[in-house]
Order: sequence, then structure tokens, then C-alpha cells
Amino acid sequence: MTSTTAPTLNRISRAGSLLRARELGIGIVIVIVFGLTTLHNHAFASEHSVQQLLAGAALVALLGVGETLVIVTRNVDLSVGSVLGLSAYLVGDLFVHYPHMPVILGFVTGTAIGAGIGAINGLITTVTRVPSLVVTLAALYIVRGVDAVIVNGKQTDPTSIPRSFQAVGYETIFGVPWLAVVVAVVIAITGYAMRSFRSSRDLYAIGSNPDAAALAGLPVGRRVFTAFVVSGALAGLGGALFLAEFATINATGGTGYELLVISAVVVGGVAIFGGSGTVLGAALGALLLNTINQALVASRISSFWNQAIAGALLLGAIAFDRWLGLRVSRRLQSAKGERHVV
Amino acid sequence: MSSNSTLSQAPVADPPAKNSASWRGLVRWESGLVLVLVGSILFGASESPHFLTATDVFFIGLNMGEIAIMALPLTLIVMTGEIDLSVASMLGLSSTLIGYLFEHHWPIAWAIVAVLVVGAAGGALNGVLVTKLGLPSIAVTIGTLTLFRGIAEIVLGSNSVGGFPQSLTKVGVVPIPHTRIAYSMGIFLVMAVIFGVVLHATPVGRSIFAIGLQSEAARFSGIRVTRIKFLLYVLSGVVCAFAGVLWTMRFDTSRYDAGTGLELTVVAAVLLGGVSIFGGRGTIFGVVVAIVVIGCIQEALTLMNVAAQVQNIVTGGLLLVSVVVPNSPEALRRIRARAGRRQ
Repeated sequence: MTSTTAPTLNRISRAGSLLRARELGIGIVIVIVFGLTTLHNHAFASEHSVQQLLAGAALVALLGVGETLVIVTRNVDLSVGSVLGLSAYLVGDLFVHYPHMPVILGFVTGTAIGAGIGAINGLITTVTRVPSLVVTLAALYIVRGVDAVIVNGKQTDPTSIPRSFQAVGYETIFGVPWLAVVVAVVIAITGYAMRSFRSSRDLYAIGSNPDAAALAGLPVGRRVFTAFVVSGALAGLGGALFLAEFATINATGGTGYELLVISAVVVGGVAIFGGSGTVLGAALGALLLNTINQALVASRISSFWNQAIAGALLLGAIAFDRWLGLRVSRRLQSAKGERHVV
Repeated sequence: MSSNSTLSQAPVADPPAKNSASWRGLVRWESGLVLVLVGSILFGASESPHFLTATDVFFIGLNMGEIAIMALPLTLIVMTGEIDLSVASMLGLSSTLIGYLFEHHWPIAWAIVAVLVVGAAGGALNGVLVTKLGLPSIAVTIGTLTLFRGIAEIVLGSNSVGGFPQSLTKVGVVPIPHTRIAYSMGIFLVMAVIFGVVLHATPVGRSIFAIGLQSEAARFSGIRVTRIKFLLYVLSGVVCAFAGVLWTMRFDTSRYDAGTGLELTVVAAVLLGGVSIFGGRGTIFGVVVAIVVIGCIQEALTLMNVAAQVQNIVTGGLLLVSVVVPNSPEALRRIRARAGRRQ
């Protein structure tokens, strides 16, 4: 059972090429859906329509980035939708009380609120070792309840949200929606970090085998904690962006986002049991789901089909991943066999 | 070689030790839960004179009935170490289909049978994907959660159907004759007894525990792991479809969005009942008590005019406490050990 470096290297490069193929694959599917819909309805390729495709996917993609970090460590964060809702209302309320506050502070506050909740999630998960599924399910409820207490049946008044803040929600720069720009920057930074930093590579090691990671001396608790903080922070930032986009926020903002986000992440090739997947894949997953939604509208197919297609796509994606995984392991095994024969 | 030795050791040494430890934990867990129940009843009684009056008992049963019914098969599924998040979507799909068929002049009895068959088919889909393809149940059932709700949306769109026979819609208006128990709650109690007997007193029940504790070991000792898991998903589909029928009759309305988001309440009830999310540990009795606790607390808060969304804080808090408390002694030990090493 001595393992030489050759198969290991082989395996890594193969895994790498598979991952790249996955992102490429989703990209191709997006292009196909886009192309077919455009053939049917030329307005689908109009500038405005493409802007809507990007802006509509932006929030789910942003939350998907944080969710990817958590899922890669073999955990899950179900509280992102509630965090987004709470952050959106609190930042809006802040603008009501301090109308002349610098706009950037709105985003910073939102991010900080989210990071705080993420820290609580992370702390409970890592200290008590309760499954994060349960911890963040409880957080989903509690944060939404706290939101309802604070909102108390009111809603934010759009006129008290500064224009320059709202501009981020609907204006464009060189034809690209600001929302998409912000999210693209987050994806670029996180994506680079997840590829290149040792601490982020630890996340993959932890997700592949938590016990082995701990035995190898990786600070498992600290890394998982950080993943939850990042996920919370991005959901909080998402809340501020949500406020910028919609301006009128009540206690139900972002309800059900957690399932959208997880669907996007899984369609994007992040394995639900951890250890593999990229933030770019997750973001492309979000873009694909939104493209399909909009394509249905553009082809005048009833939007009632949205959910069923999203569900079927999710099931297809995990079945496809499983099939790929089986193929790779079979190939690895046969390669090993040949080695022994030789 | 090493894998061999763990295999031969596991069935001999490990399970008994684990079993007795979890058994002690269980006793503590359920007695704690009963204390919480007593506390919430006292709390409710002190807050409102209407709490647990005859009508109030009826309403608690009415509000919790479908959730309680769906919690039973989910308990067994969680016990095997899997999960089913599609329960509330199946309820919605069932509600939708019964409305659609009724609108198309099917006799209501046939419509109910058809809906139960669809429930079995939906459960079988979950079961095949989880057991035959070996996909993670959490991802599969998030997928079918969306899929079932989506199909419901295609079938009925934004329409709603009403005007079901009064002989059936009375389940939402009157209790079982000569009692104060809502029909759905009565059905739940009967089902709970059956589930309890099956889980705690039959070979099938012991197999479910065994699968949850050590799936591999269970398989090697001749338990048909995949078949049992598959059948549990089918059972869950049928039971949730039945809950959908009750839901539709209770409101005399069939809509595609019936029961949206209920899956989380059902999961919360099961976990609060002391069922381990890792499988292999839990009792039907615990789940029944948890259902009553949630029902009483929600009713007490409703009587105090606390909004439903705010009640979420209590549900979430209970859920959190229910998992953190059993784990905290060990967490404290770990922290102390760590501090000791530092010194």
C-alpha cells in the first residue's frame, strides 16, 4: 500500500481538470439557454435584459460565495436568508435615524451585523460540536423572529434611503449593474484566496476528512469558525445590497433565500459533503438558475415552471456529480491495478 | 488489516457500550422534556385564563395535527441517519392535486386514493435517489422540496379550489364527537402508538436503530439497509400526502403554496424530541412530548397576542437548547482539558 507521488499528482491534476470542466460546463449550459431563448425572442439579448440577468443573480451568487466556504468544510449555513433580511432592515433603519451618514457606512454596518451572527453560529458549532445544520436552522428561526420584533409590522420608508445608496441597487457602470460589479469583486477576491492561501486550502482538507485534518494539526475549529463568519458577513452585505435594490423592507425580506442559495451552490458543483467546489462554480450556478428563470419569462412559458425546473436541475446536478465521482474512482482503481501488475 | 480488525470488534464491543450510554442520555432527555412541558403549561395558565380550556385543547390539536403526523415518518428517517426536507412540499403537492382532481369531478374518495399513490411515488423518488444512487439525502430532498412544490405550482398556478364535501371539511371545525381532540390530532395519536410499537418493539424497529448506529455493521449483520430506507421514504411520502388531505379539508382550500416552510417546524419537532441528527438515538414518546410542548407554547404566545413570526424565536431557541444541552458536558470537558494542557 505504498503510495508513490505519481498517482497522487495524477489525481490532483485530474480533480483540477474536472473542476475546471464543471465551471466550463455550466458556462456552456448558460450560453445554450441564452442562445436558444434569444433565437425565440430577440429582446432577450438586449442590454437591459442582460443587465437583469446579472443583477438578478447577484445576491444569490454573493450569498453562494459564503455558503461555498461553509459547505466545503462539510457544514451548512441555513441562516443566510434571515441574516440578509435582518441586515437589510437594520441598515435601512440606520439611514432613517442618521440620514446624512456616509453611504459606505451602510454597507460596512450590514457586513458587520452579518459577521456578528456568523460568529455566533460558528462559535456554537465549533465549541459544542452540534451539527451546523441544526444550529443554523435554529438561527434561521431566531434571527427571523428578532427581525419581526424589531420591524414590528412597519417597513422602511424608501424616501429616507439616500439616493446614492440606492444607486448601487439599480444603476450601471459602463453598462454593468453595480450589483454585479460588487459581487464580481467579492468572487474574484474569495476565489483567489480559495485557490492560493494556505488557510483557505485548509477548508478543503477539513471538508475532505475532518478527523484527518485535525490529526494533521490543522486548526479545524478556527477555520470552520472563520468560514461561518465570512458566510454571515457576505449575507449581511447582501442585506445592504438588498436594501439598495428594493428600498422598501419589511420583516419578510430574504425569506427562503437559504434554499435558493444552496441550490445554486450545489448546481455549481460544490459537493454537499464538503471537500470540493469553487466559489466561481457557485456563482455560475446562481447565474444559470436566474438565466433559466428569465428565459421562461422571455419565451412566454408560465413562470409557474420555475420551481419545478430548478428542482429537477438540482437533482440532475447531484446525480451527475455522483456519476463523475464514480467514474473517476473507477479509473483511479484500474490505474492502481495496472501499477500492481507492472 | 486494520480495517478488518475494526470490523470484527465493532459489533462485539462498541454497540452495547454506545447503547447503554445513549439510553441513559435518553432517560434524562425525556424527563427534561416533560419538565419543559409542565413549565410551559404553568406559564400558559398563568398568562391566560383561556389556556388549555376545552376549546383551547381543540385548537392546539388543530394547529399541530399535520405537523405532528409528518413528524412520525421523519423520526424514523432521521433515526436511520438520513433526512427528508421535502415533507411540506409533498403536503402542498397533495393539497394541489386533490383540488385539481376534485375540480375535474373526480369522486373525493378516488381523489384521495390517487393523491396517496402520488405521495408514494414521490417518496419512492426520494428513496431511489438516496438508496440506489447513493446521493446525500439532504441535497436530494432539498431538490425534491423544490420539485414537488414546482409541480404543484404548474398544476394549479395561482388558482385555489374550495367547496369540498362538508362531511370532510368538518375536520377543521369540530372535534371528534364526545371529546375535545381535533380529528388530525386523534389520527396522530393513533399513528404515534403504531409507530412507537413498530420502532421500539419489533425487529424492523431494532433494525432502524442498528442502521442509524452503524450502517455498515447493520448491513453485514444481514439487515436490508437500502430496502428499509427506501420503504421509509415511501412511507413518508404517503403520510405527508395524507397530511396534505387533512390540511386541504381543514381550510377547505387547495392551493399550491399550502404549508410552505413547514418542513423546518417538522424537523425542529423531531430534534426537540431528542432524536439524534446522526441517527440511532431517539424515541417516539420524546417526539410526541415535543409536539405537545411546541403546541402549548405556541398557543400560550398566541393567547398573549405574540405575532407568529416572533414565536419563531421560541421555536428556534428550544431547538438550539435541545441540541446544545446534551453536548455541553463534553464540550466543557474538552475546554477544560485544553486549558489544562496550556498550563
